[in-house]
Amino acid sequence: MSGRNWLWLPILCLVLLLVALVPLTESRYAVFLGTDILIHGLFAVSLNLLLGYTGLVSFGQAAYFGIGAYTCALLMKKAALNFALAFAAAGVFGALSALLFGFFCVRLTKIYFAMLTLAFSQIVWVIAFKWNSLTGGDNGFVGVPFPQNLDSAVRFYYFTLAVVVVSLVLIRQALISPFGRILTTIRENPERTEFIGINVKLFQLIAFMISGFFSALAGALFGIFNHSVFPDILFWPASAEVLIMTILGGMYSFLGPVVGAGVLLYLRMQVASYTEYWPLILGLILASLLFFFPGGIVGFIQDRLGRLRRKP
Amino acid sequence: MNLPDPSFLIIQSLNGLTYAMFLFLIASGLSLIFGVMGVLNFAHGSLYMLGAYLTHQFVSWFIDAPGYFWWAVLLASLGVAALGAFIERFFLRHLYIREELNQLLFTYALVLILSDVAKLIWGTDQFSVSRPAILKGAVEILGQYFPKYNIVIIFLGPLVALLFWFILLRTRWGRTIRAAALDRETLGALGVNVNRLFTVVFFIGAWLAGLGGALVSPISAIVPGMDVEVIINAFIVVVIGGMGSFWGTFLGALILGQVYSLGILILPRLSMVFIYILMVLVLIIRPWGLLGRPMQR
Repeated sequence: MSGRNWLWLPILCLVLLLVALVPLTESRYAVFLGTDILIHGLFAVSLNLLLGYTGLVSFGQAAYFGIGAYTCALLMKKAALNFALAFAAAGVFGALSALLFGFFCVRLTKIYFAMLTLAFSQIVWVIAFKWNSLTGGDNGFVGVPFPQNLDSAVRFYYFTLAVVVVSLVLIRQALISPFGRILTTIRENPERTEFIGINVKLFQLIAFMISGFFSALAGALFGIFNHSVFPDILFWPASAEVLIMTILGGMYSFLGPVVGAGVLLYLRMQVASYTEYWPLILGLILASLLFFFPGGIVGFIQDRLGRLRRKP
Repeated sequence: MNLPDPSFLIIQSLNGLTYAMFLFLIASGLSLIFGVMGVLNFAHGSLYMLGAYLTHQFVSWFIDAPGYFWWAVLLASLGVAALGAFIERFFLRHLYIREELNQLLFTYALVLILSDVAKLIWGTDQFSVSRPAILKGAVEILGQYFPKYNIVIIFLGPLVALLFWFILLRTRWGRTIRAAALDRETLGALGVNVNRLFTVVFFIGAWLAGLGGALVSPISAIVPGMDVEVIINAFIVVVIGGMGSFWGTFLGALILGQVYSLGILILPRLSMVFIYILMVLVLIIRPWGLLGRPMQR
């Protein structure tokens, strides 16, 4: 283990440095894409806390992302709350709704769990879609103000980077703590975990709340980033998309989902300039991934590195 | 609150019943595949969509032939069934040994692929198929007019239901399929070719989705996006009725059809919320559905 950390730490620092230097390219495109990737990277990691680490397939994670986006945007525009408070409120509200929904979801297992998370997220979607006077309905909630001091794309990029790095460090710390080890134990075998006296449902619920909290933070960033919030971010294909990002990067590695978000968003941007048939390409990528690279990109690389190292 | 005219309510309820029959056709295929193979097929809505597009295609080819509509329905649904069997035989089969998530995501990949393939072939224009000549016109019910075609659909739904109930519960084939749902290893050990059985089940499930799409084509616009819209409703039907439960699916479809058609009169904005709340309540109180049985999945 220590040998591996020794190798990965400089690489990680180098990558972080490169990411921090992106705005120096002075390319609006790079800054835009970078911000988008960072936000979705955080969203995908928060999902993977459930999927890869606790073994819960949430098919309604878009709900918390959307709740975060709407909470932050509505509080800033309609209640003229300052950004710091609205941002914090988005996270808290995301965690509270995850507590409410999760309370019922963790009672179910496997496919039923996925179905109930889906049902709850669809309820949130219908509310956002139909409550025109509050959310603007199908036309979206537009004109979300850029917070003071963050009024340029580059400044917002650095703010996003800071939020995402701090969040990832916090999630990582939670995962390597005894709490995180219990989550992994639950993933491996819930029945046995129950037998050694651990309240499985409680731990799953806490994981669900943490995941909802960080998903909502990512959503709040996303609303500011786009200056608008549309109900589409709550619709079920959005939940599927973040699942794909996670699987694409690799659900059994911590930063895999960030890699997945990066690759997917970069490809989408590239493909969009050639053809409108992005879903077809995404579908083909997903299908070949499932058949040929079930560990995702990071899983594949780790596998190869592992083989190299084992050779004398 | 002003109560609407009762005859209008009856017509609206009959519309709900018509919609329920389509939902039942799709959802019963979904439920069959889930019950037997444990695969939640997201692509079922896509198969339904292809059924509608293929019917449009065949109708435009055979427009001069006698009974062209029924031939188009037959060929379109069989084409969709063949596609389903192909997908099962060459792709899905290799994923059974993996976690359920892999199968789920593969069927979602199919949703993405098939929706764009349909766009590539038929474009983004809206199509419609005209009703067959003998079923044009309407019947008068309490002073209101109701299309003849919809009446046929209302009778056709239960007919298909009875046929499948008979096959599943009264024939050797049906017994084998039910046995596969319970324990595929033992069934294989008893000398049944389980692989072939799964392909057949997928063929039948896809056929039901294709048939639903083919029959809906005269009364609903054929547009991109009809796949995503219908699949969630089919999921709701299956969840409410009970995954893998045949009569549960029928009941679920009836409930959903009525909530949609009557709910829209009472609270037009909230009828969709009702449906999802119903789904949530069923999952919380009876996760295995109204008529389903608890199972170890």
